[in-house]
Amino acid sequence: MTHKLSAARLNRLFLAGELSAVEITESVLSRIASVDPVVGAFIKVAAEHALDRARKLDARRKAGDREFGPLAGVPVAVKDNICTCGIETTCASRILKGYVPPYDATVVERLRASGAIIIGKTNMDEFAMGSSGETSAFGVTRNPWDLERIPGGSSSGSAAAVAAEEVPLSLGSDTGGSIRQPAALTGVVGLKPTYGYVSRYGLVAFASSLDQIGPFGHDVEDVARLFEVIAGPDRRDATNAGRTPPEVKFGGEPSLKGVRLGVPREYFGSGIEAGVRARVEEAIKQLEELGASVEECSLPSTEHALSAYYIIAPAEASANLARFDGVRYGYRAAGASGLLEMYGRTRAEGFGPEVKRRIMIGTYALSSGYYDAYYKKAQQVRTLVIRDFERAFGRFDALVTPTVPTTAWRLGEKLDDPLSMYLADICTIPVNLAGLPAISVPCGFADGLPVGLQLIGQHFADTQLLQLAWAYQKVTKHHEARPDVDLKGGRQQ
Amino acid sequence: MTAKWETVIGLEVHVELSTETKVWCSCKNEFGAEPNTNVCPVCLALPGSLPVLNAQALEYAVKAGLALNCKIQRYSKFDRKNYFYPDNPSGYQISQYDLPLCYDGYVDITRKDGTSRRIRIKRIHLENDAGKLVHAGDDVAAADTSLVDFNRAGVPLIEIVTEPDIRSSEEADLFLNKLRSILKYCGVSDVKMEEGSMRCDVNVSVRPAGSAEFGVRSELKNVNSFSAVVRGIEYEQKRHISILEEGGAVEQETRSWRDAQGISVLLRSKEDAEDYRYFPEPDLPPVVLTDEDVERVRASLPELPDAIMARLMSDYGLSAYDASIIVAEKEYADWFLRAVELAGRESAKTVANWQINELNRVMNEKGLGPDQIPVTPEQLAGMLKLIEKGTITGKIAKTVFEKMVESGKDAETIVKEEGLTQVADEGELLKIAREVVAANPKVFEDWKSGKQSAAQWFVGQLMKATRGRANPQLALKLVTQALEEQAGQQ
Repeated sequence: MTHKLSAARLNRLFLAGELSAVEITESVLSRIASVDPVVGAFIKVAAEHALDRARKLDARRKAGDREFGPLAGVPVAVKDNICTCGIETTCASRILKGYVPPYDATVVERLRASGAIIIGKTNMDEFAMGSSGETSAFGVTRNPWDLERIPGGSSSGSAAAVAAEEVPLSLGSDTGGSIRQPAALTGVVGLKPTYGYVSRYGLVAFASSLDQIGPFGHDVEDVARLFEVIAGPDRRDATNAGRTPPEVKFGGEPSLKGVRLGVPREYFGSGIEAGVRARVEEAIKQLEELGASVEECSLPSTEHALSAYYIIAPAEASANLARFDGVRYGYRAAGASGLLEMYGRTRAEGFGPEVKRRIMIGTYALSSGYYDAYYKKAQQVRTLVIRDFERAFGRFDALVTPTVPTTAWRLGEKLDDPLSMYLADICTIPVNLAGLPAISVPCGFADGLPVGLQLIGQHFADTQLLQLAWAYQKVTKHHEARPDVDLKGGRQQ
Repeated sequence: MTAKWETVIGLEVHVELSTETKVWCSCKNEFGAEPNTNVCPVCLALPGSLPVLNAQALEYAVKAGLALNCKIQRYSKFDRKNYFYPDNPSGYQISQYDLPLCYDGYVDITRKDGTSRRIRIKRIHLENDAGKLVHAGDDVAAADTSLVDFNRAGVPLIEIVTEPDIRSSEEADLFLNKLRSILKYCGVSDVKMEEGSMRCDVNVSVRPAGSAEFGVRSELKNVNSFSAVVRGIEYEQKRHISILEEGGAVEQETRSWRDAQGISVLLRSKEDAEDYRYFPEPDLPPVVLTDEDVERVRASLPELPDAIMARLMSDYGLSAYDASIIVAEKEYADWFLRAVELAGRESAKTVANWQINELNRVMNEKGLGPDQIPVTPEQLAGMLKLIEKGTITGKIAKTVFEKMVESGKDAETIVKEEGLTQVADEGELLKIAREVVAANPKVFEDWKSGKQSAAQWFVGQLMKATRGRANPQLALKLVTQALEEQAGQQ
């Protein structure tokens, strides 16, 4: 049952000597072995790497070392677009199959320094492009609550691995909702930090001005613990704000007295499912009961945010993915007769359809005749979105919205309809355009499927947001629900 | 060139900055290291790596801009310039598009006749260099494989773009030399064309003389030496004129200069011009410079060639041309100023003559660079002192100078060792003069019959007999005395 323990608990038990890091790691590895064949959360389980690391931690502890970081002994899964030195990193793409980075991402360095055990690399939509976990070149990830349904994306594996109790914590990345959306659809907590709080060094870029690494966990405390480990200054990332978040303190009676919450009406539009709306409205009532003042507001540019996002993100992606050309690493098409053919075939064979679609959109939007009409216009819309939020934060401490307008859909249901898939991120995308922090916390179920509540904060208000989410979690307990993957897994096999 | 046509030339000059480390990472910026040894995830553009701007590169670029009389953009940013090539590891170059760091500058060039012209600089932007391809074969087409060396990838470059103000290959050459000299003065680059730290694209067009409109231009890529720039311009000039004179139209093209064959070949036409899809680099925040930042860099600038040149002309009375030669290389100017300091301001012209005539000749003969000046300012000043004191003659000085170059010894030592002191003893010289006159009765007869040049001949003989150690004025006086004595005796 060790695998069911929280990160905080595992850390305490390890430090107290009641559980060895090896015991913890073996328990997690065996849990993965039993459920991951049906969930598909991992692309790579780095068992040897993890055990080796665990043995070293145990040896240190036995030798009397007490200088351990806050994640000592805690297994953490890492999304496969975050570089891990010595462990294959593929971004779930054929083009990077076999690529082993010679360096660690800053967040991975910090995980290691904090005593965490990196257990493996989680499945994802290829290059983080997708909202369902179905565009991976290495197979789909399934939603632990219903294996016929998608877990959300693109951090599908990181969310599902936590939801299925394979690991207590994981890292994902969020470009347009890729942490919050799968967190909502799998019933876990996911934080998208303020842009610039967590170093992107070592995160394989999708859209540089939007990407941010963030944590998944079952509860807000665990998520906060992981956030505190990964956030902070890093000189290797010029967009890093150089700020260390204030310590998150939990405890006492949860109260939201004096907290002003805004409810933007644009997030409750016609696309929202009745069940989702009902759960979110209940959550808002509970927040009010906790003492918060709640008021409706408007973010009028919201309706254009999606369009702007689907210009800016592919534009940046088209440049960021240009380095995958078959020259230095990863996949190279065999038998090409010249350079151009080698480039063309490598990329044609290496990238999947969604990635190609976005590269083409981005290339088109940036091309000299269309730049003003698309890219420039999209940047103007982005400015409007930012202004909307600035205005709202003049009146409110945080905004409350659904994370996703629907619950998890069936595998394959939207795969051939990219536009409807893009709509799944409509509530999360504006946050990325503005670089704000936002968290998704479980707020109940609709038709047996998890629903997520999104709380959006001001720049660098991540700590306040975590405290707000903690207060909600404390009085509702939705986060304690767990899917019965064992049974379902058994049935599948 | 026929007077019917006027050539219009614009240059895009790429200069590698001699910073300690690369522009986006902390890899060493050094020339000639083993391939792929100065590389890291950032300059190899490994997935996940991010660029961070090198403050020294930024400072050097601003310094170059100030030295070239540019305005400095207080808010500039970086942009991605997208293109695929094996030596471009990220698939884009980080450059500057609409907000270059420096703009609106100029360089004044001085022609041989002393007149000068102003070549305006449109912009200077900061970017990174690419790696280098090594083709395993005679050329790209014949190569079985091509290897990539990424040591150069990420080396900081500035691109200096001129307005189309240059009118001839000579002016282009003068401009490039002046540019090179200025950049070297401020220490931002070693500007070695042979090591590729300075490279040039040349835009050439031709229009009817007196026309205000520009002709259709062609761009020459990969021009890697000053002589290639000159030859390339002249080749394009002829090519354009012959097309126009045959009634044809010049196509807007990018052409590759093949220096060995002395021809340019078509690289791409306007129709298939590359679309670089520029957009703001999201991995780097904008660069914001305060007035204080700019002034701090300005204060670090050394005295530049134009200022030194003005000083050489006004304070030392040198001609514009002489001054321009002396200031062309920082080492020459430093050498000159030090030599004048030692020899005295009144000797400035003499020092300039020695430097321009003798020193330059010796250095050209020996193929020495400006950092290998074979005679120290102290040595030249010492030699000039010996002339001034009358210890040696001007003629002997030339011999002494040669020996200084060969041996590295001081003039005084050479004069002592070789017995080259001037013979100033009138009695001894008169004795020799008499002997010379007596030994050459035929020439003496010529002199007597009124041939004045015969006296000079005897002076020459006297010099020969004294190995040049006689004072020339004294020699003429004594020869004349000896000739008159001889005539009187007859």
